[in-house]
Amino acid sequence: MKLQLFDYLLRLADNDLVLAQRLGEWVGKGPVLEEDIASTNVGLDLLGQARLWLAYAGEVEARADAVGRSEDQLAFFRTDREFRNLLLVEQPNGHYGDTITRQYLFDQWHVLLLAELATSRDSRIAAIAAKALKEVRYHVERSSQWVIRLGDGTDVSHARMQAAVDALWMYTGEMFSVDETERALIDAGIAADNAALAAPWRAAVQSVFAEATLDVPADPWMQGARGRGGKQGVHTEHLSRMLAEMQALPRMYPEARW
Amino acid sequence: MVSVSTREEALWRVLGSVMDPEIPVVSIVELGIVRGVRCADDACTVTLTPTYSGCPATRVIEHDVRVAAADVATGALDVVTSLSPAWTTDWIAPEARARLAAFGIAPPHATREAQVVRFAARTVRCPHCGSPRTEELSRFGSTPCKAQYRCIDCREPFDYFKPH
Repeated sequence: MKLQLFDYLLRLADNDLVLAQRLGEWVGKGPVLEEDIASTNVGLDLLGQARLWLAYAGEVEARADAVGRSEDQLAFFRTDREFRNLLLVEQPNGHYGDTITRQYLFDQWHVLLLAELATSRDSRIAAIAAKALKEVRYHVERSSQWVIRLGDGTDVSHARMQAAVDALWMYTGEMFSVDETERALIDAGIAADNAALAAPWRAAVQSVFAEATLDVPADPWMQGARGRGGKQGVHTEHLSRMLAEMQALPRMYPEARW
Repeated sequence: MVSVSTREEALWRVLGSVMDPEIPVVSIVELGIVRGVRCADDACTVTLTPTYSGCPATRVIEHDVRVAAADVATGALDVVTSLSPAWTTDWIAPEARARLAAFGIAPPHATREAQVVRFAARTVRCPHCGSPRTEELSRFGSTPCKAQYRCIDCREPFDYFKPH
């Protein structure tokens, strides 16, 4: 159970960490100054949440086999196959509409997930989730507003948003998949049942998309949803390149302090 | 060594002089992030809670707490972080709200008044001229806890402390 919990905590941490890094790629390049600041602030919240999950993961690992890794060791010295994030969050930034669409699809799931985890039987998970939930409620407010503004904007912005939705949709199914690791933790009252989040997520997305005049795509083959995806360490080619940049400095100077 | 309660009072007093590094007109006690001070025979514990998970000021605050506490004979000093209950702007002291406004930051509404309505139109008064006619420029501002606004009357931009 301890190793399953460790793995589950990495899933929670890596979603936040990878998306934070992606959002950080916008620093200095946002379409307007306010959005530059906004996306990096969202990234900062996610990075803070990632640290809380990783610190706990390291403690759980120490209890299981006496050698627990620190936040930094887990963030900077795992390879792509050891990352447990969803495929959605590792997708490249694209244009700002792509970034906003990725953000909204994730935020809308994240807020439901954290609300469930806030009642976890594991009190540490419940405390982190309750804290993160307040931040993520604000994230989904912002990203849904942008989906509406850009979707129901000009012909060009509408077309680009619809294309972004169509391209990213195949990565949404993975959010609602449940494998053996999660099943054991759900039964123990520790993890959230992702399958149960699908209906409320879809209802919320439909309502926002209706206002945004965007079509909900027909469900394609869902990437990574059958027990062999990001949560199991099988990623798209984009993650390793992102990690190469994110991890370059600590790997070159493992003893560096700042 | 002086009594436990005297040391706890002395610690509360010096913590009341530790200002938030990014909002230097409000102390960390007024901000509501000091959640407890407890002294035993030869050690004291200060419990802090972060405002936002990723707030970069958190480490600076811990450092400032240690520096301030050096003036009090605490014995060993332990600074611990508590996440639950999660920090809320409702814990900001009433007298600190007026100082926020004087500093140019519109103070937060009570969280129950700030219930989210999309494109919400709650009145955020301009801290410079007092006008209620203001508009949101960005959901985020210079720090995670603030949003950017602009006054339609005096045209000055300002920060709004987000209800959280």
